Amino acid sequence: MDEFAVTTSALLTNAIGLHARPSVKLTKLAKTFASSIDVSTRPDGPWVDAKSIVKVMAVKAGKGATLHFRASGPDAPAALAALSELVKQNFHGDEAEPGAGGPGSAHG
Amino acid sequence: MAELRLNGRAASGGFAAGPVAILWNGAGVVRGGGDPTAEAQALRKAIGAAIDQLLKLAADADSDGADILAFQIAMLEDDSLFEDALAAIGGGATADTAWRAALGTEITGYEAAEDENFRARASDLKDIRDRVLGILSGAPTGASLPAGTILVGEDLTPSSFLSTDWSGGGGIALTRGSASGHVATLARARRVPMIVGLDLDLSGVAEKAEALIDGESATLYIDPEAATREAFAARAQAAQQSRKTSDAFRLRPAITADGARIAVCVNIGDPNELESLDPKSCDGIGLVRTEFLFDGKSGLPDEETQYRAYRRLAEWAEGKPVTIRTLDAGADKPIAGLTLDHETNPFLGLRGIRLSLAKPEPFRTQLRALCRAAAHGAIEAMLPMVALPSELEAARGLLEGCAAELSAAGLPHRRPDLGIMVEVPAAAICIEAFEAAFFSIGSNDLTQYVMAAARDSDAVAELNDPRHPAVLRLIAAVADHGAKTGRKVSLCGDAGGDPKLIEALLRAGLKALSVSPAALGAVKEAIARVDLGVRR
Repeated sequence: MDEFAVTTSALLTNAIGLHARPSVKLTKLAKTFASSIDVSTRPDGPWVDAKSIVKVMAVKAGKGATLHFRASGPDAPAALAALSELVKQNFHGDEAEPGAGGPGSAHG
Repeated sequence: MAELRLNGRAASGGFAAGPVAILWNGAGVVRGGGDPTAEAQALRKAIGAAIDQLLKLAADADSDGADILAFQIAMLEDDSLFEDALAAIGGGATADTAWRAALGTEITGYEAAEDENFRARASDLKDIRDRVLGILSGAPTGASLPAGTILVGEDLTPSSFLSTDWSGGGGIALTRGSASGHVATLARARRVPMIVGLDLDLSGVAEKAEALIDGESATLYIDPEAATREAFAARAQAAQQSRKTSDAFRLRPAITADGARIAVCVNIGDPNELESLDPKSCDGIGLVRTEFLFDGKSGLPDEETQYRAYRRLAEWAEGKPVTIRTLDAGADKPIAGLTLDHETNPFLGLRGIRLSLAKPEPFRTQLRALCRAAAHGAIEAMLPMVALPSELEAARGLLEGCAAELSAAGLPHRRPDLGIMVEVPAAAICIEAFEAAFFSIGSNDLTQYVMAAARDSDAVAELNDPRHPAVLRLIAAVADHGAKTGRKVSLCGDAGGDPKLIEALLRAGLKALSVSPAALGAVKEAIARVDLGVRR
């Protein structure tokens, strides 16, 4: 991270956590920005590339985890604002995974 | 071939018959290698082809299916997996070996996850792995199986499920698999019967052997005998008929022909039963059989594990009551090291609350877990086999002690309402002596004790009849006592789930029943036919 680095955090309030569907949305949004963007569940890292779904899924951030973002580049503030908003909006109404199967989901 | 009959765990209900197709598990790919540049190109090309295949599948999939495929596509589009494999290729590995190793590391990570939602993704990763390996090996991809096939194998991938033609029936029987994974959800939505966890030696099964799948009892038959085939066909037809009519009733509240509202709850043993059950289809959980809630014959697990399981039930119920029966060991449910061996008449021996009070430590662990879970929902505690008011009071004392300990430790908790099962005739006859918050009639044991006819003896099956006036009078007396004192009275035995008995039970004054989830529709349908004459 260089001198343009900006950090922010957002409480992950999604009902089930940063699972498959939310991760797809998060990485797709991150890729729309030129800045390099990292995500972590802790303020001091370890950080992973928020544009890589393989790495974002590997964080295994469950329900209620706090997500920290940091960005570096020309559109860093806008990127952080957009990502925090996505988390705050519960990934636009994603309540359950397809086939998550936990008792919280009402399939069938 | 002799008939083979195996039981597994039910992942999706229903019945199917057809020829067996053994699922290819991707282990047998043999492929010659080239130099690292050629291998890297081959892998890059195979990943691209896999993405193309998935995009085509996604175009035809429903929304659940499309979401699963979107995740797989995103994983393949991410260069991380390719780069991991590339490192191995640089070290001399072939494209398929490198790909298998790169995905293997990811899959192991997912399988080790605590969160079931992440664990379930392992099947997506295997799916991606096998699709790319299939392309690399030049093997035919996409199921080209005839409709109506019974897929038998270790596990099934979501994309294989989605690329299979289920329009002509068919079913799934797996030695591994998960009742809570993607494939199980898809199977339930498509009403494809599916069994997981079968103890089956796949090498002993012939391609195109005749197979029958009973998804209700989680039974797989291979090379069935004629009699098995006939009985299966009859069960399948009956299930189809009753499903049609009772499906319509399932999600509605239960109301008699004359407008009386009857509470219909569900009996739960295996927590997986809740996954395919809509909380709106019932008025709560009327009986949780804790001895079946946890695997193993060694008794209940530690407090934390119990707490999590009970809390999960409470959260599922969305504020509706969840009646959890404390450990009902003994008689036909022995637990090594806890129940007595060699009782001459175990049904009249040390069982239920008698055993819990004789060996209070496991009982106290359970009461603490119940108190903690009760902070998260409408949990009620129910004692089995109570004969004397002093048993209820002794349990209440232990419960209060546990609540006090939790207060002292500063752990969030709530003391659950304490009720009793009414299954010992002495309790039914002297019901007014019990200061219980609620009563639940265990009709199976009550009937066998009133009629002195063992429930597991075919020879006296005719005597074991809950419609006998002696049984019905006791039920009516308990219902009457509940109505007069404002206490809930329910019935949670098998009788409540038998449509033929519903009218007699409602006429005895019951306003609440708890039945197996599969019986909900049929029971509500039977209730709707009963006219109690309330309106006249």
